[in-house]
Amino acid sequence: MELKIPSRSINESFARSVAASFCLQLDPTIAELAEIKTAVSEAVTNCIVHAYDTPDGEIYIKAEITADNTLIIKVRDRGRGIDNIKQAMEPLFTTGGEERAGLGFAVMESFMDKVKVTSKPNKGTTVTLYKKFVRATNEKP
Amino acid sequence: MLNTDYRDNVLTVFLSGEIDQHTGQTLRREIDSCTEALRPHLLCLDFSNVKFMDSSGIGLIMGRFRQMSLLGGRLKITNLPDNIKRIVMLSGVQTLGVLV
Repeated sequence: MELKIPSRSINESFARSVAASFCLQLDPTIAELAEIKTAVSEAVTNCIVHAYDTPDGEIYIKAEITADNTLIIKVRDRGRGIDNIKQAMEPLFTTGGEERAGLGFAVMESFMDKVKVTSKPNKGTTVTLYKKFVRATNEKP
Repeated sequence: MLNTDYRDNVLTVFLSGEIDQHTGQTLRREIDSCTEALRPHLLCLDFSNVKFMDSSGIGLIMGRFRQMSLLGGRLKITNLPDNIKRIVMLSGVQTLGVLV
C-alpha cells in the first residue's frame, strides 16, 4: 500500500485511518489497532510539524506485510531532515514549541516492536515502524 | 464548539472525538478562551468521549496545566478511557497530580 499526502494537519486522521484499515488483514486486537493508529499519527505529525515550512510538502506512506506477519510502515518526507536523530528521539526533547510534548518517538517506540529512523539534512527523513503479529490466520493455498 | 459546564468556579470541558495536532490546535484556542474569560479555580477536562489521542493531546494537557497555573487555578483530567490512559501514563503527566 502506498499513499502520498500533502503535509497538512487535517490529513493526520486520514493517514492513520488508512494504516489501520490496511492492517485489518492481520486480524489485530482493538489495542493493537490503537497502537498502530497512534504510532502512524505521531510519525505523520512529525513530518507536518518539523519537516516542511509550508503545508505544500509531501508525505509518503508505504505499508507492507512480510511472510512472517510483520507489519512494516514507512513514513517518509523530503523536508529539512533531522540534525541529531539520537537527541530527537529522547523523550521530552522538542523543537516544536511549548504545546508539543516531545513524546512522538517515545510513543512510537513504546507502541511498536521497532522504530528505525534515517535522515539527511535537506533531503528528508524516513521513519520505519515494525510490528509483528502472532495470531494472524494464514490463508491456505 | 466546546461542550462545557461551569458552576461553583469549576469549568468542565467535555472532550470528544479524536485529539491530534490538527484538532488540538482548535481545542487549545477554545479552552484558553473559556478559561481566560471565566477564570475558574478548577479546569476539569473530561475524556469520556475521546476515541483517539496521540501525543498532541499530552501537549494539550501540559499546556493547559501551565495556563491554569498562570491564572492561579488548577487542572484535573477525568474519565480517561483505557486506550488513552496508556499514553497518559507513558508521558508522566500524572506526576503533575492532575489525574482524578
